[in-house]
Amino acid sequence: MSNIPENVRYTETHEWVRKEGDKYIIGLTDHAQHEMGEIVMAELPEVGAEATKGDSMGGLEAVKTAEDFYSPLDGEVAEINEELEANPSLINEDPFAAGWLFAVKTSDDSQFDALLTPEEYKTHIGE
Amino acid sequence: MEKTIFRYSSPGRIGVALPVLDVPETAIPENYMRKEPIGLPQVTEGQTMRHFVRLSSMNFNIEQGLYPLGSCTMKYNPRLHEFLARIEGLSSVHPLSGDSAVQGTLELMHKLGESLCEITGFDAVTLQPAAGAQGEFAGLMLIKKWQEDRGQTHRNEVLMPDSAHGTNPATSTLAGLKVISVKSNEHGRVDVEDLRSKAGENTCAFMLTNPNTLGIFESNIEEITKIVHDAGALNYMDGANMNALLGIARPGDMGFDVCHLNLHKTFSTPHGGGGPGAGPVCCKEILRPFLPASSVEKTEDGYSMRDRTGKSLGRLLAFHGNVGVLYRAYAYIRTLGPSGLREVSEVALINANYMKARLKPYFDVPNDDGPCMHEFVASGAAMAKKGVKTLDIAKRLLDYGFHAPTIYFPLIVKEALMIEPTETESLESLDAFIDAMISIAGEVDEKPHLVNDAPVNTPVLRLDEVKAVKDLCLVEPIE
Repeated sequence: MSNIPENVRYTETHEWVRKEGDKYIIGLTDHAQHEMGEIVMAELPEVGAEATKGDSMGGLEAVKTAEDFYSPLDGEVAEINEELEANPSLINEDPFAAGWLFAVKTSDDSQFDALLTPEEYKTHIGE
Repeated sequence: MEKTIFRYSSPGRIGVALPVLDVPETAIPENYMRKEPIGLPQVTEGQTMRHFVRLSSMNFNIEQGLYPLGSCTMKYNPRLHEFLARIEGLSSVHPLSGDSAVQGTLELMHKLGESLCEITGFDAVTLQPAAGAQGEFAGLMLIKKWQEDRGQTHRNEVLMPDSAHGTNPATSTLAGLKVISVKSNEHGRVDVEDLRSKAGENTCAFMLTNPNTLGIFESNIEEITKIVHDAGALNYMDGANMNALLGIARPGDMGFDVCHLNLHKTFSTPHGGGGPGAGPVCCKEILRPFLPASSVEKTEDGYSMRDRTGKSLGRLLAFHGNVGVLYRAYAYIRTLGPSGLREVSEVALINANYMKARLKPYFDVPNDDGPCMHEFVASGAAMAKKGVKTLDIAKRLLDYGFHAPTIYFPLIVKEALMIEPTETESLESLDAFIDAMISIAGEVDEKPHLVNDAPVNTPVLRLDEVKAVKDLCLVEPIE
């Protein structure tokens, strides 16, 4: 069974989102990192880039597969996890903390409220 | 492990004697002269031969056994075509030769182009692309140029199903276009309503593999291609799975406007070792003006190599494509003839369906609502829950003496095993592979450690694939 923390919200494309101050921190779920296997490269967006809900913000590469990840919110990229360049396997080891991907600033909090709850995400991945 | 050839080197050993100089000697300008030896290994012919034979015996190849790598069409390639491609008059031509000196090669190329157009149902062809991915790029650029030529420069979206080969989104990105994914329905086919909702005024092209990567024929293909045409876009067929259609169905008749062919897969060139390949592109008349440079034309005086100008894409390669692969393809088409080509696909389909039927009691086959085409996709999801992943099953197959199927693709099937036996396998060889798969399914329940720890019968044990990606080292330091 995957780890599905209660204190974050989720997307159907397997991102998690947590509000922290005036920003939203975004990462890959435990379920998704497990499905991909060990991640060997993370291509992150640039700070200041426009984030559009549902648009690809970068890509993750594992040994046998490569997947895009998507912005769950409209806004602007406020920060990226620079640790991932040297150590992308943080996404596997600690997906909900040290392995976060990027942070977005948004003026529209209602988009966050519309994201999947832990219970809904659990159903989405069939657990 | 076998040492690298540099480790066998000893000063003064030599394995070749160069022929006597039979052309006038010309002084090489000083600035092109090498100042120091380049450090080639100094070995005898015998050492060299043994080194490479030992290496080849550690490798798995199609001459050794069944190689069911899905979507790759690893068929046995008859020696006759190798022989024909190596006839001296063909193999020794130079790409800068004048037309009159290479009429035979030009005639073969021209006739190959005509044959490929007939097989695919198209009007025009380029033989230049060096492999499938370059063929895709050429084909998509034809569509982009066509859109631009009629003033539709804003069309920047390429639609493709979520089961698409990874090269399709990569090609679209390289062509400067944006990828829009279209869902598959519960039968593994394109969700026609989802396509309808996404095709519109920004659509440049739709890319589809048919049969698709699940080995399923897109039975709504005429409706699909019409939706795309009605939206003002063109249909691109990825010809990777053409081995299922020879002499049975033609992309041009299905409403596609352009397709590439992987000659090295379907038309008899050994592949999998990194090339060379050939990815000719066939298209409808409307796209002919945009085809890449380098075309073989038939004239009153024989055959002539011409550079297309005007709206042409220009050159994709320095010369005319990988001509050796083109020879083999022409030899293959002519030795089999129309009925033989159709039989290739018929037997490929029968072999895949036989394998699917025998394996189905042991492995889940999602989206299985009838006969498959030349390949099918099984899922190891149920076994993964027991702690044995598809990767383990693939590794265990190596112990049984088979190459593994394609795994973890297509992405829409969990723990996917994509199996393509091809037409060149006998019933005995199909049965041997199936028996190995059934035996492994039994091990998953009874002795899972055998599968988890596989392979044990190979020259090297389980490789650390993550380390190979992160710390790849291709340079050996030489003292």
